[in-house]
Amino acid sequence: MSPILESRGLTKTFGAVTAARDISLSIEEDTVVGLIGGNGAGKTTFLNLVTGYLKPTAGTVRFQGRDITGMAPRRITRLGICRSFQIPQVFDTLTAYENLLVGLGIVSMGRKAFVGSNLGTARPEAVADEMLERFHLREYRDEPASVLPEGVRKLLDIAMALAVKPAILLLDEPTSGVSADEKFSLMDLVLGAIRADKVTVLFVEHDMDIVRRYTQRILAFYDGKVIADGDSATVLSNPEVRRLVVGEPAPEEGAAPC
Amino acid sequence: MTSFRRTTLGLGVALLVMGLAAPLLPKWALFLVTIAIAKGMVALGLLLLMRTGLVSFGQGLYFAAGAYAAGVGSQALDLGDAVPMVLLGGLTAAAVAAGLGLLLARYRAIFFAMLSLAFSMILYGLLVKTSALGSTDGFNVAARTVFGLPIGSTLGRYGVYALAALCAFGAAVGLDRYLGSYLGRLAPAVRDNELRVEYMGASVRNLVHLNLVIAAAMAGVGGALTALAVGHIDPEMAYWTTSGEFVFVAILSGTASVAAPFAGAVLLELLRSFAYEHAPNTWQLVMGSAMLAVILFLPEGLWSIFRRRRRAAT
Repeated sequence: MSPILESRGLTKTFGAVTAARDISLSIEEDTVVGLIGGNGAGKTTFLNLVTGYLKPTAGTVRFQGRDITGMAPRRITRLGICRSFQIPQVFDTLTAYENLLVGLGIVSMGRKAFVGSNLGTARPEAVADEMLERFHLREYRDEPASVLPEGVRKLLDIAMALAVKPAILLLDEPTSGVSADEKFSLMDLVLGAIRADKVTVLFVEHDMDIVRRYTQRILAFYDGKVIADGDSATVLSNPEVRRLVVGEPAPEEGAAPC
Repeated sequence: MTSFRRTTLGLGVALLVMGLAAPLLPKWALFLVTIAIAKGMVALGLLLLMRTGLVSFGQGLYFAAGAYAAGVGSQALDLGDAVPMVLLGGLTAAAVAAGLGLLLARYRAIFFAMLSLAFSMILYGLLVKTSALGSTDGFNVAARTVFGLPIGSTLGRYGVYALAALCAFGAAVGLDRYLGSYLGRLAPAVRDNELRVEYMGASVRNLVHLNLVIAAAMAGVGGALTALAVGHIDPEMAYWTTSGEFVFVAILSGTASVAAPFAGAVLLELLRSFAYEHAPNTWQLVMGSAMLAVILFLPEGLWSIFRRRRRAAT
């Protein structure tokens, strides 16, 4: 398998703070990778660097073998990298359906520019309805996004990123703000919807139960560095990861704090 | 029936009614409606900007640019007919916005409003100081023909009125179509969340720039029509109170429909005429009270009356 996304020595400093230091990793095509780490570990910074929202202080990002370092987010989106947001970024005055149609309309206007989209010649209106169906959002189709419950806004945000059929999808904490008893059904729904298109997924997550269940591989971040990278079971049993990320003081003390 | 077809049909009926009513209208009413339509054109451009999340306090700039281009063009290029004069007005205003948009499209909210106002006041200052264009007095503008008909003939009397009505019809139908297109639908998306629009692969700045040019072209046509109807232009057209009046019309009308700015403009002109007639010393008070009433009771503009009724009916 060839890497779809690759970073080399990616570093970002904000004055005296180093949010990402020398991050080198690669993501294989058609996999589901989890990115874990405590608050301030640099997870979202990494997503922001990959998608061009932040310009790295040093290092490079390659996507499908092409150097995309420092490109504007809209150019990176056109190449086939889409993302969702920790706090849903939806269009509040538009309905759920219209929200989906924004991105789909942009792709259909500039099909030549969107080299990374697999939308083909599908009609945007049909794809928007299909996405609402796939994410179980049909009952909210004509409701303005501002009145939707937070969990629904979260799903809509992810559906908007997936609708344009990117090559890789970056999800920023898909279960944050979702109640504990809903998180598994939400992730089943989200990953089921995404994997139906065989889209590569990198998702940032706080919840260890979620990463254990849904990923093949985990990247653990701490203080802007990658401290572990490997298959999920190995990384989650790594003592350093358990101490710094999972938050268990010592194995003999028993249950992990929530 | 799609909403676009319904709007086109409604506007078509309005155009027909205007055509049939023309011979029945007294001269003052003909003039009033022509001026209202011309101002409605500027407010229509503001509707587009407001849907994009921007309020311009400087549409007077494009209004004046269109009027002066029509006036200067008719002399310099020896344009005798009103149609090319109006076209020239629209194109000139669009060209000005294409240039200024390079800077304006970077700003939002109060900064955008103030910068647009500043640009319009620069034009005002330039016009006041340019004696070749008549300084503060301005100069007279007249077309010899409209659609090839001599302006003094029986039919020619209705020429500018008809031209204004056709311009308004074309602009409203065109804008309605644009707002329903994928590109036009980005306007409210930009207003709601610019970051997400960029992350969906579109350039927010280019879209804002384009909408500025469209709004300016409409204001330019409105300016040229005003010049033709009044027969005179002066720097007041670029003054900030003129721009303020356009915002007044836009808020009075609301952004719900492309027909609203024209209805709002006609109402404003009627209100002003009667207020001036019956309360010559306090007519501004009447206008202010009307504005206050609209803001308090119809925050989404006059057009929301129709909407509420439709919602209540379903």
